[in-house]
Amino acid sequence: MTPGRPLTVALVGNPNAGKTTLFNALAGLRQRVGNYPGVTVDIHKGTWKSRHGSYDIFDLPGTYSLAARSPDEAVAVDLLLGRTPGETPPDVILAVVDASNLERHLYLATQLCELGKPVVIALNMIDVAEKQGIRIDTARLAQELGLRVVPIQANKARGLDALADAVQAAVADAPPQPVEFPAAFQDEVKSLAGQLPGVEPFLLRRLILDVGGQTETSFVQKHGESLGSTVTAARERLLAARCPIPAVEARARFGHIRSATALAVTRPERAPLTATDRLDRILTHRVWGTLVFLLVMAAVFQSIFTAASPAMDAIKAGKDWVADQVRSAMPPGPFTSLLADGIVEGVGSVVVFLPQILILFGFLAVLEDCGYMARAAFLMDKLMSRAGLSGKSFIPMLSSVACAVPGVMATRVIEQPRDRLATILVAPLMSCSARLPVYTLLTAAFLTEGRAWWVPGLTLFSMYLIGIVLAPIVAWSLKKTLLRGPTPAFVMEMPQYQWPHPKSIILRMYDRARAFLVRAGTMILAAMVLVWALLYFPAHDANGNSFDVQIHELREKAEAATGDRKEELEKEAAQLNGVWRRQSVLGRLGRAVEPVVAPLGWDWKIGMAAIASFPAREVVVGVLGQVYNLGKNDDLAEPLGNALKSATWNDEPGGTPVFTAATALSLMVFFALCCQCVSTLAVIRRETRSWRWPIFTFTYMTALAYVGALITYQVGRRFL
Amino acid sequence: MTLAELTPGRRGRIASVTGEPALVQRLYELGLCDGDEVEVLAVAPLGDPIEVRCGGSRLSLRKSDAHGVILE
Ligand SMILES: Nc1nc2c(ncn2[C@@H]2O[C@H](COP(=O)(O)OP(=O)(O)OP(=O)(O)O)[C@@H](O)[C@H]2O)c(=O)[nH]1
Ligand SMILES: [Mg+2]
Repeated sequence: MTPGRPLTVALVGNPNAGKTTLFNALAGLRQRVGNYPGVTVDIHKGTWKSRHGSYDIFDLPGTYSLAARSPDEAVAVDLLLGRTPGETPPDVILAVVDASNLERHLYLATQLCELGKPVVIALNMIDVAEKQGIRIDTARLAQELGLRVVPIQANKARGLDALADAVQAAVADAPPQPVEFPAAFQDEVKSLAGQLPGVEPFLLRRLILDVGGQTETSFVQKHGESLGSTVTAARERLLAARCPIPAVEARARFGHIRSATALAVTRPERAPLTATDRLDRILTHRVWGTLVFLLVMAAVFQSIFTAASPAMDAIKAGKDWVADQVRSAMPPGPFTSLLADGIVEGVGSVVVFLPQILILFGFLAVLEDCGYMARAAFLMDKLMSRAGLSGKSFIPMLSSVACAVPGVMATRVIEQPRDRLATILVAPLMSCSARLPVYTLLTAAFLTEGRAWWVPGLTLFSMYLIGIVLAPIVAWSLKKTLLRGPTPAFVMEMPQYQWPHPKSIILRMYDRARAFLVRAGTMILAAMVLVWALLYFPAHDANGNSFDVQIHELREKAEAATGDRKEELEKEAAQLNGVWRRQSVLGRLGRAVEPVVAPLGWDWKIGMAAIASFPAREVVVGVLGQVYNLGKNDDLAEPLGNALKSATWNDEPGGTPVFTAATALSLMVFFALCCQCVSTLAVIRRETRSWRWPIFTFTYMTALAYVGALITYQVGRRFL
Repeated sequence: MTLAELTPGRRGRIASVTGEPALVQRLYELGLCDGDEVEVLAVAPLGDPIEVRCGGSRLSLRKSDAHGVILE
């Protein structure tokens, strides 16, 4: 340790050991935790202010061993080996182990002992172990393992002071003793060391043990094929010497661990039947499990629509009130129009959907926290394998129903880069919460009144179904063409069930609400202002007369007039408004693209709204509100749904309505399939480290969306 | 006899784990070790994968991979 620099401590352990919970307790932070393997996929850094001073602590993704197989595991291993640029390897390794599954978790701990750094064991979930009747003599365990062992309960912040003492004391400890491997194996390591001088013994062992692993690949690349055959020959000799790879490692480590725990751990004669055992009898059962799964999925979707409506109505009323206040308090003009129509209406009509998004995220957080996610992956594995993926791809896809950004990040648990990429590319097809505003608006306006009671529900369900059906089909095609490869293996740990923690769920919901509002306040606001300006200017006709003033005058005359004359004047004002919008910058652009979108049943306004929603899908709602409402007589400014209903082609009063059920459906299908979302494209870029894949995703999804909308409209207008 | 042939509720003792080395290694790391007792807890609705318990670990794996887990 260099003086002057705070001590660095890395939290390392198997997935779901409680590392992040401990990290949050130590650093006073609130990184996301969840009850399934692979919640943390990146390194988080924090400061632990212990009674011995400040430490820099790192929360790492969980890993089962130092023979990393998935990108999130590689992140952890790289940091420990000092391969992460900008970070030095930690001074002390804090191995977080689950006391209720001690042997398995100590396996990684024995590997950590080979890195030449002091290792402290944080014996977490001590409460769970006690409940199962497992008694651990900590002092004895410490003695047998030759490591400092501290019992803790991370979620209740118990034992943290003792942990600080142990970490502080461990700095001065000699590096721990590695587990003894059979002599034949040690000899092979020695002879390899002769050929590769200067390489750490730890890496030499990994080189022999991990067949086709990361170490082997990088060494063969560096030293040539001949090294590959040397290693293969060594493995063959070991097999002959009854030390088969990789069993030799498991036998050596588990042998060492068993002899330690035999003396320090007492277990009940017969393991008690836990709640998890009982629950799994139902939840992974062939019949009941499927039934519960379908019910859970139905409940998630149903709740979005029923539970959210009172809160949504309240927000909508609030928004209308604010817009009215603005309109009545200020003189008519560009600025009032920008404030009332652009900002309040545009941003407000998106914020209305906050309750739905909260409920969706809350629901998913409960599923993650209680341990059901892994069961869902288990139930869905067979179906996913038909698409060339595994059950592990199901968790990212289900998360994408809330938002594709965390969904794409969650793919890091998938071992094979090919399968991970395929999952990333199809995750945005799942209908996310940003599509809800579009669906809800159009369904309420065009597919509710005068139709059977089940039509709106069915419409929404079908929109979700489009993604659910297409995502596996696209994944399958990708796995057959661009990302050709075998169906991945599926080996996954099933966590214990637990009651969801209200605190962590509320925090998740709060985080999402904030992110959503920030997005509405920045990206969406900017888009609204831009669209408003493009629709407002040029504000003068060919003779240099202001449209705004002319319309205002016509309306004033209409006020004064009566009967037919009044109607005529109002019609004239509306027509002039139409002329104004069509000759605005947005109108000109829109009419240029109209031929492209006309086959979808869209007029130029819808076309522009779809294009303008590139930053975020929910923008389309605000833009539709602007293009169909802007410049209307203020007394007549209507709720968006009604404005859409009364919209006509070319703004002819009494002309053919733009929106029919078929148009509404075609717009919904378009948004179900398109990738109008900058955040998603950015996260794909980040996760794949290349522009190719976000561009690919955007292109294929837009093409799919266009074709989907085209078919919907052309079929729909004949039958609806 | 292999792990894939056990029906839910049945137990066996692992003699050896065979198959593709990376997968074998992962199964070891997840706590399936030679000499341990394993129990099949459930079979997924479509017949695959299976849920097993070994020591304190609860895992799910496909039948094709469970074929490599040879029982005594
Ligand atoms: N009963 C009990 N539960 C705990 C304890 N510590 C953590 N948990 C729970 O265990 C689950 C996993 O915790 P995380 O902190 O997300 O685990 P992690 O090790 O960071 O997992 P990954 O990020 O997936 O590697 C959460 O649901 C925690 O609430 C504990 O001491 N006792
Ligand atoms: Mg974590």
